[in-house]
Amino acid sequence: MTLRISRSQVQSGFTARVQRLADQNLMACYQCGKCSAGCPMAAYMDILPNQMIRLAQLGQEETLLNAEAIWLCVSCMTCNTRCPKGVRIAELIESLRQVRLRARQDHLQVDRLSPETLQAVPPIALIGSMRKFTS
Amino acid sequence: MKLSYYPGCTLKNHARNFEDSTLFAMGRLGVEAVELKRWNCCGTVYSLSADDLMRQVAPIRNLLRARESGHDRLMTGCAMCFNTLKRANNRVRSRPEDLERMNAFMYDEPLDYRGDVDVLHVLEVVRDQIGFDALRKQVVRPLEGLKVACYYGCLLVRPREVGIDDCENPTLLENLVTALGGEPVDFSHKTECCAAYQTLDKPEIVADRTYQILGAARGQGADLVAVSCPLCAFNLDQRQDLTLKRHPDFLGLPVMYFSQLMALALGGGEPELRLDFHHNPPGPLLAGKGLL
Repeated sequence: MTLRISRSQVQSGFTARVQRLADQNLMACYQCGKCSAGCPMAAYMDILPNQMIRLAQLGQEETLLNAEAIWLCVSCMTCNTRCPKGVRIAELIESLRQVRLRARQDHLQVDRLSPETLQAVPPIALIGSMRKFTS
Repeated sequence: MKLSYYPGCTLKNHARNFEDSTLFAMGRLGVEAVELKRWNCCGTVYSLSADDLMRQVAPIRNLLRARESGHDRLMTGCAMCFNTLKRANNRVRSRPEDLERMNAFMYDEPLDYRGDVDVLHVLEVVRDQIGFDALRKQVVRPLEGLKVACYYGCLLVRPREVGIDDCENPTLLENLVTALGGEPVDFSHKTECCAAYQTLDKPEIVADRTYQILGAARGQGADLVAVSCPLCAFNLDQRQDLTLKRHPDFLGLPVMYFSQLMALALGGGEPELRLDFHHNPPGPLLAGKGLL
């Protein structure tokens, strides 16, 4: 993957914004990759959790906000409990979702769910999904 | 012992088998679960945004309800409710300025919340208040010959500060099964995520996870998987059809709540176990072991 890094991206304020939303110091990450190694969703992700941190450090807003991976994370907290630097990766991924959701860009289209699905799933599945994937 | 009790939405709907068996088993153990007179959604998932105080209001209101009724402990069985309530509680306890703002927002409540209610999971009550020795003495139908893979999922053990046991290798459920006379098996996937609410619009991921998790349990010779989260239960049990569709070599496995195993060992029958709520029916297995 070729990554073009421009000064304007790095200085855009995006890094500071997600660090503030997540209340995390992303610069602590030294790319050991333990978060991605244990992630139950890694097999389905286009960008892995450790890559998300690196991209966030470099202000790569567009790549991150368009990644499918941010909608795959279900905050299982495996990465958070294993990070040797105490970086809370789940909080970073939540902050990326929040940037999209606060611009009213919902991921889950509730009106497209079939009545059968709505009937079948327990309320916690529906509410959990709506709280994480809709504004 | 009287304990204030928060059921949560799903125990009143899809997981009646969880609630009925919990109340029966706890009753047998001398715990009277007093359901809150009024309660609201716990929020289901803890909000991870630093500035999202609004989402902590729902769980904190429930703690206020417990305080209102004169209790300083609130027991719940659902792993999602437990995690959300306890994390919200931890947050306001460690950040008084947040609590202040929330109390100001909830100005119409007769009481302010002071962080003085402890959130307990049913399993903690069994381990810490009742004790496995006392439990063993109450067992009338030991689960002899029943091999159980104990599945904790995420929310009982992560993050560390709310977990009820070690986050990588918890043993609470295994100790419970042993006390009930059953045989816990080694289980590599005991804290592996089931893909949770992805079940709504990406059920195929849940099916893949179910394939791996139940496959690992089978590989260890388990007869069934014991769970404590209604969403894990749904994913591992109700998604078995889809799992088979995606993985033709998948062999299903019954999934039961830990509370159903307790109810069974403490003398409960069909009315308390509510086996009609299961997709892969545990009845034949239990009957085959002479337990039903």
